[in-house]
Amino acid sequence: MEPESIYPRTHIQITDCAKTYADGTRALQPTTLTVEPGEVLALLGPSGCGKTTLLRIIAGLETPDAGSQILFGDTDVTRLPVEQRGIGMVFQHYALFPQMSVAANIGYGLKIRGVDGAERDRAVGELVDLVRLNGLEHKRPAELSGGQRQRVALARAVAVRPKVLLLDEPLTALDAKLKESLRDELAELLRRLHITSVYVTHDQQEALAIADRLAVMQSGHIVQVGDGEALYRTPAHPFVATFLGRVNRLERTVADRAGHTVSIGGLTLACPAAWAHQSALLVRPEDIEVGSCAVGWGQAVVIQRSFLGDRVQLTLSLSDQAQLRADVARDHAAQLGDSVGIRINPERLMPSHESSKP
Amino acid sequence: MRTNPKTPTLLLGITLIVSVFMIAPIGLSVLAGLLNNYSTGIKSGLTTRWLMEVLDVYGSTVGWSLMLGLLCVLGNLLIGVPCAYALARSPSRAARLFEELLTLPVAVPGLATALALILTYGHMRDFRQSFAFILVGHMVFTLPFMVRTVSSAFQRHELLAIDEAARTLGASFIQRFIGVLVPAVLPAIVAGSLMVFTLSVGEFNLTWMLHTPLTRTLPVGLADSYASMRIEIGSAYTLVFLLVILTVLWGLQAIGQLIEKHHGT
Repeated sequence: MEPESIYPRTHIQITDCAKTYADGTRALQPTTLTVEPGEVLALLGPSGCGKTTLLRIIAGLETPDAGSQILFGDTDVTRLPVEQRGIGMVFQHYALFPQMSVAANIGYGLKIRGVDGAERDRAVGELVDLVRLNGLEHKRPAELSGGQRQRVALARAVAVRPKVLLLDEPLTALDAKLKESLRDELAELLRRLHITSVYVTHDQQEALAIADRLAVMQSGHIVQVGDGEALYRTPAHPFVATFLGRVNRLERTVADRAGHTVSIGGLTLACPAAWAHQSALLVRPEDIEVGSCAVGWGQAVVIQRSFLGDRVQLTLSLSDQAQLRADVARDHAAQLGDSVGIRINPERLMPSHESSKP
Repeated sequence: MRTNPKTPTLLLGITLIVSVFMIAPIGLSVLAGLLNNYSTGIKSGLTTRWLMEVLDVYGSTVGWSLMLGLLCVLGNLLIGVPCAYALARSPSRAARLFEELLTLPVAVPGLATALALILTYGHMRDFRQSFAFILVGHMVFTLPFMVRTVSSAFQRHELLAIDEAARTLGASFIQRFIGVLVPAVLPAIVAGSLMVFTLSVGEFNLTWMLHTPLTRTLPVGLADSYASMRIEIGSAYTLVFLLVILTVLWGLQAIGQLIEKHHGT
């Protein structure tokens, strides 16, 4: 049997889930969220935004406030203890059983479920192949590298064919280079397994690489849900714009607002009608075009030039705006002290307040 | 930091003097047990006669002391380890108070603890006259050592995480406790057991109050021999004590190290 077909695909419906701690702290505001069967959803946000709390509520490791409801498919699991929810979970610091071998760790859930020895060995063997840990079956966790430990943790979590796979910042404990390779591996593996997964991270690159959809969270709220590309290109909320990538802020004068325009270095741009009344607009560094001084371009001076390998980051000084960051191609001609022309495609402008406000 | 070339010699000198000062009494005591006559000194010749006499009169105390130590470890494992877990997980103030209460017998003189035991349970004749009475005293005295050691191991963040991991995999409390948590704190349990065993075997003042002529342990027998026998016999007894305790401790330590090595954390 192909591994693809053995995992149940569960629909998760979270309705009005909130969490208030005994001391009155509200870790999670009433939250409603749907995870489609087989989908990988990332909960993305800075630390303290409530993403881990929400994950632990889905797992059953935290009890939500009264009035919350969690459905796995048609089953209401809100009051079901974690042991009976049929989830698999991958923890930030692996949480492997130190005294057990790799094989025993992976097979633990099956052993608890009373799966007999031979069947268990077969299942563990398949998973060892899946996460490419062949030859390490009899090692103990302390003898493995960080990346290998995280693979054991993943295999252990999926061994029990969970209804839902929950991952709590699984790559945080790894160094940058390893993180990137394991990230791609994990993304590929989750696609193959096709288990409904919720993935908590504070790293937007990781969320973009791994998840089908992202739920961006801020101070206990889900701010916006959508696929990564849509969120990056057309954020409905300035927090999404600033958290998912980098932004520059363009201030607007009273005259700008009256005339539905925005000024950059003497150039007057038409402002999209939807954000006409906003006191400021946001623009991403890669959306600022840098060329030579000419008619139809704004004026700016390069006051800092940082070569970043794959691109060059310029800091620009303008007469009518605060300093702007612009990303240009690696071989771009602009040097420190140069006067350059800049322009922005008005479609790339983003709101600095929630767009629903007038 | 620069070190004076003379410093190592000086340090070595001090170390040697201190060592000799501390080891000499042990050596002298051991020697006394092997001399024919302590007052005439070494020229009276060496003998194992006193050793034989000790084994003859007090031989049974060796076995009983070791047995008590082992039972004490066993009792601590059965009561102390679950208690350590409960204390580590309980956030309540009562748990902290209980922990302090548990530590009291270490601070309170053993004589007082023993007297309290005698006052409360002394009328139960069979219990009072058996080794079980001494065992209870030893348990009261050693429990905090096991509980504290193991409790701090249970409090580690990783332990909370592996407990949660086992829960997500469907394990019940008993399955987690026996299959995951206890094995994960095994090094602490081994360390605690070693400490409990050592304390139990060497415990004197509580035991002295609790013992009867028929229930004597090694240290009690030792006191008896010092009080009523020739100095050579008392010294020979010290030698027996040292031989027994060192052998057992080295053995236990080796086992402990083996477990820890296998455990691999």
